[in-house]
Formats: sequence, structure tokens, C-alpha cells
Amino acid sequence: MKREILLGDEAVGLGAIHAGLSGVYGYPGTPSTEIFEFIEQRTKKAGDVHAFWSTNEKVAYEEALGMSWAGKRALVSMKHVGLNVAADAFMNSAITGTNGGLVLVVADDPGMHSSQNEQDSRHFAQFALIPCLEPRNQQECYELMFEAFDMSEELKLPVMVRLVTRIAHSRTAVTTRKRRPQNALKPDKQIRKWTLIPVNARVQYKALTDKQPELAQRAEDSPYNTLDLRGTRGVIACGLAGNYLHENLEQDHDLSILSIAQYPLPAGKVKALVDHVAELLVLEDGYPLVETAVRGLFGIEGVQVRGRMTGDIPRTGELNPDLVRAALGLAPLPTACAPETGLSNRPPALCKGCPHTDSFKALNDALADFDDAQVFSDIGCYALGALPPLQAVHSCVAMGASIGMAAGAAHAGYVPAVAAIGDSTFSHGGITPLMSAVQQNVNLKVLVVDNSTVAMTGTQRSMSTGPTLDAIVLGTGISEDHIRVIEPIPRHHEQNVAVLREELAYDGPSVIIARRACLEAVKKKPH
Amino acid sequence: MERNIILAGVGGQGILSIAFVIDHAALDAGFHFKQAEVHGMAQRGGAVQSNLRYGDQQIWSDIIPVGKVDLVLSVEPLEALRYRHFLRPDGWVVTSTTPFVNIPDYPDADGLLDQLAAIEKIVMVDTAHLARAAGNRRAQNMVMVGAASPMLDFEEERLLAYVERLFSRKGEKLVRVNQRAFRLGRAAGQFFRLLAADGVARRDALRLVGKLVPESIDPALAPDWAIAVNRDSSLLRDVLAEKEAVACDRIPALA
Repeated sequence: MKREILLGDEAVGLGAIHAGLSGVYGYPGTPSTEIFEFIEQRTKKAGDVHAFWSTNEKVAYEEALGMSWAGKRALVSMKHVGLNVAADAFMNSAITGTNGGLVLVVADDPGMHSSQNEQDSRHFAQFALIPCLEPRNQQECYELMFEAFDMSEELKLPVMVRLVTRIAHSRTAVTTRKRRPQNALKPDKQIRKWTLIPVNARVQYKALTDKQPELAQRAEDSPYNTLDLRGTRGVIACGLAGNYLHENLEQDHDLSILSIAQYPLPAGKVKALVDHVAELLVLEDGYPLVETAVRGLFGIEGVQVRGRMTGDIPRTGELNPDLVRAALGLAPLPTACAPETGLSNRPPALCKGCPHTDSFKALNDALADFDDAQVFSDIGCYALGALPPLQAVHSCVAMGASIGMAAGAAHAGYVPAVAAIGDSTFSHGGITPLMSAVQQNVNLKVLVVDNSTVAMTGTQRSMSTGPTLDAIVLGTGISEDHIRVIEPIPRHHEQNVAVLREELAYDGPSVIIARRACLEAVKKKPH
Repeated sequence: MERNIILAGVGGQGILSIAFVIDHAALDAGFHFKQAEVHGMAQRGGAVQSNLRYGDQQIWSDIIPVGKVDLVLSVEPLEALRYRHFLRPDGWVVTSTTPFVNIPDYPDADGLLDQLAAIEKIVMVDTAHLARAAGNRRAQNMVMVGAASPMLDFEEERLLAYVERLFSRKGEKLVRVNQRAFRLGRAAGQFFRLLAADGVARRDALRLVGKLVPESIDPALAPDWAIAVNRDSSLLRDVLAEKEAVACDRIPALA
């Protein structure tokens, strides 16, 4: 038995390797990035696990599904909003079913520490009719990977493992086991299973629904769903919420507790708890999924169900031990002092000397000719350009959305329609909307801030930077005269403004590529 | 036994390196531990913190509840104030006094020090000064580990071993610099705390520690300094007016 200090993300990665992983797929996104990075690092020397970042989450999911088709174990990891991108492949992979173990790890971000929403991926597992595991701690992050891969191969279904930021980005010592050998290459040639034309899809969907009682039975029997019946006050604690509960309890407490780490909901255990208690508090870090299911439309006679929907826990935001303490009716612990008021905030900001600053300064000056011009932007460090002092961009919605939204605004007659997007986000979700706009000859200006890396998540490899980016842009069919490359450095400011002005004056699609490497990336790779 | 620490600072100041040293010491000592940290967007020069917990019983929550924090360990003075309300009533603040100014509305430095000095259970350390004395201004985080080390539950040597492990990839020189930073921080922190305990005003204690030759600071001499400073108010003024740094062991002669 070895013990290692691991982040929850890293424990997932090591668990997957030890469970016989052959390939890991993903696109960087906080708080999931370290899953892939750990596997990449750990297996680099032996080279026996395929580890190469994908262009986006949908591609990652499809690659993982292909490896599963070939009989081997595949892990695909992403942040919660990444699953929106991968949803087409994800939903349909539940219909085809799998061959080699296919495990999807989604890291949710309740409280939006580094995200644009706090959607709860357990809904996606429920939607796709697949099992979902929700580790309570880093040791379970490791253990549940063995469970998840075995379960996937037994049920022939993808299995979701749902993390939240506090598990993903918290470290502790994890005890590890022996590594299981990888599966042999053994493609699944059941053509009707994999070919979801309607005649086959109907059969496959029926088979998926027929599996549901077995999924429910497994959750019922799971050692990870534990019921401890004591007094008539009950608590359902999902995933790490149980930790926040126990943090506030003495060992000889009198609460009856159902702790859940495997879905679908273990209905029998829930019923045993409900029959035993007069009051039920539901604790979950995310949406009130279990609370809503347990209460139903009309509530339970004789049992008061409390949680996020009743205001006992705030409807939005990250769960924490203090909120749980209040919901339990316990007095707050005494503290040294009240929170400081009027303390200056220290928000994140673009680094000193960042190329994006020079790009945005030039853009701001070029747009000064227009009255309060709005710039559609995207997901990445450059979204920080929305904050003072630059205040250069005015939207940040979804990967690649800047270009589609600018096009839509242009269709409506908005001038100037400007999008600002990073090189990696462009490859992720910007190419297709640009093709669309170019083919329609839309009057839009796309500023690609090419810093040669995926900067915000820790300088991972970008798929479309430098000459590759230029070639892709040209490949959309845009006129070569309106692909302009500038170097965002302070001494080029005037000429950069001039280039932007020229393109703003042109009635048609333009792409301006502002190219200078991210300082963080240069620091990390000195060559 | 359970120890709950909030590590505070600004993205890039090396909070996670502090965590590395304490995490490993805790594992080595056979304790349970959990340490939650911040990645992603918040790291870009923003306020960052890490919740570090260890003890001889199971640790449940990755986040420390309000009122259970024993120690706020901050590499930056403004950041020390941000998490103080998490402290239990007799909890301590151990903070750097070196401001990291990257916002337009950073408070007046002198007023900030006054605000910190008004806290009864505080250890204040001029980390930039001590890190420079150790040989590298970037070693301020290890100065802070040293300053907090008397309040942790590990032998000094165990912590120093993990400082070595942390920097071993970067060469022998950086290992020595960071271990020196740790030792200077430990001595200066203890010296400050003893002066304050003996009734020396905390701003004065900070000024005095800053005037001493860093390598010469010996906590065993703190009581003598306190007695002398308390007895004769001109002594501190005279010492501070000296052109060169003052060796700590000059106190018998000065008194």
C-alpha cells in the first residue's frame, strides 16, 4: 500500500491509470484540468496511455467513445459547461452503449469560482439515463474510478463521475492499489448497436430504458449509499455535503442520515429514511435535484422536507459547513471579530505586460470613432479585458459565442460588429461560426488574440496558433486581403490602430490576428 | 488535536509552496490532513487563499468553518485582514508587512500597519527585508513558514527538510536561500512576539526587529531588549537612528 498526496483531480487520474486506462481525453477547464494533466505527466515516460488534449469537449468525448468501441478503457474529463459542448455525443453514447469502460468525469463549479454558471451535471446523468458516482473525498475519487470502469463494462454504458471544485482542488493523502493491466484491442462490431438510424435507435433506446431497474438496484445495494437510522430528524447528504454535516456533529448525534454517492437515487433507502423521520433536510452542493425528487410535486404527508427550495440553504452558491450549521439550527461558533468592511477588493487581472492589454488598447482607440461600440468576447484570460481599466469587451457567454453573436448583431444591422476571441477558443468553437459569417459575407470584424497557448487554465497546447491559425482562417473562404496580422506591443500601437481602423471601414468580413506569446507560457518553456 | 490554517496572499506569491511544506510535514507526522486551494481565474493576480487542516482525528470538511481557524498565515498585510473573521476568539494572525500593490485603491501603508498592530494576537514580519537578507526577494513565502513555525506542531528540522525537498529541483543555492529565509523568519517572528508579550508597542517592535542584523536575531535576547526599551524610551529612538544595522547581542552594552 502506497500513500500519495493528491488533489481530488489527481486522485481521479491515478485511479483511472490503476484501473487499466488506455486513453485520456479532454479540453482544459477549471476545475477539471488537472485530471488530464496528471495522467499525461504520470504516463509520459512509459507512453502507454494516449494523452493529447482535444480541440473541444465534443471531440474529446467522441475520441473516448471510439477507444471504448475498440475495447479499451477511456476517460474523458471536462468542466460542467464543457459537457454542454459534448452533449450530442454524450447523450447518444448512452443509446449506443459502450464496449471498453467509458468514464466521463465532470467537474462542476458551484459558486462559479471560475465559470459562467453553476449547472449541476447530475441532471445530465439523469437525462442520459446513466449511473453517476459522486465521491465524498479524495480517497473515494481514487476508489470510484475502479468502480466506474467495472460498472461501465458490466452495464455496457458510460458512467459519469461528478466532482465539485472543493473535491477537485483539495489535497490529502490517498492510499493506492496495484495497477490493473489494460484491456486488449477488441472492437465491438455489432453494427446495429452503433448505427443509430431510427430503426436501430428505437431498439437501442428501449434497451437503455430496460436497463434502468438494474441501475436502480445497484444504487440500492451500493456500499457507497449508506443509511444510519437514529432519531426522527433526518438528513440526506449528497457527495461532499456529508462532510459539511459531520463537521458540525458530535459522534453521538441523534440524526438519521442517508449519505449518497451513487445515482440513480436509491429509492428504497430514501423510503426507509422518510418512513423513520418527521423532518428531512436535504444537503447537496449544486441544484436541488434530490430535494425536488424526494419532495415531489405535493410533498410528503407528515414529513417536512427542507433544503434549497425552502430557503433553509440558499438557492444559489456553493454549499459550505457554515450554511449547513445554520440549517441544522446550531448557533454560529464565536469568532475573533466581525468581517472587515470596506476592504479593497483584489480581483484577478491581466498580467503586467500581457499582449492582450496592447491588443485591447489598440481596439479601444480604433473604436473611439464609434459611439459606445460594443465588443462581443469569449472565454479566456482576455475576458478580464471587460474589467477596468480596459473595459474593452462587453460579452462572455460560451466558447466561440463571440463570433456567432457578432454575426447575429450584424444581421440585425449593428455596426461595428466586432468579436474578440483567443486562438485556442477559436479552434474550440470559433471556426464554424466564422465559416458561416464568411459564406454569408457578413460585415463583421474578428480580432483573434493569438498568444499561442491556453493561458487561463495553465498554458496548455493550443490547436490553432501561428501558421496553423492563418491557414484555418484562410480556409474559411475569407479574402486574403482582409486577414491582417499585427504584433500587440506598445511601440506598434499607432500602426495597430490604423490596421484596425482600415478593417472597420471595410464592409465585409475581416480577421485581425494579434500575435504575441503569453508571458506565462514563455516563462514556462524557455526556448 | 486539530489545527486549522488559512494561507492568504496574492496569486503568484507562493501560497501553494507554503502548503507543500506543511502538508508533507503533517503526513510525515502521521496526521490526517486536507488542503483546499484556488486555481484558474482567481490566480491571475487576485486575492488567493488556501484552507489547510491537520490533526490526529479524521478531518471532514475541506473548507474550515467560520470560528474554527487557529491561524491566518498571510504573505501580504491587506490579505491578512480579509480572513480574520474566520478566526476563533483566541486565534492568531501571522502576517508579512510587505504590501503587494496591484490595485488602484490599495490602502495607505502606514494606516494598514496601525490597523494590524492593533490586533492583540498578531505576529508581524517584514518579509521583503528578511528574504533579501536570505539572498532572494522571492523567498518571502518561506520567511512566513518560518515565522509561523513555532505555532505549528512539527520540529523545525522536519519543516526544513521539506523546504529542501521543495527547492531541490532548482539547485543547491535556492535550497540554502530558502532554508535561510525560513530560519530568519522564525527568529524574527519569535523575537517580535516576545517583545509584544513584554509590553513593547507592536509598531515599535516591528521597527526594532527591522533594525537588527537579521542573522543576529536571537529570541533569547528579546526579554532583555523589552526591559531596556520599556525602561528608557530614548533607547529605541537612538537605536533606530543608528546608521548601520544593529547586532542583536549588543543589548547588554546598550542597556
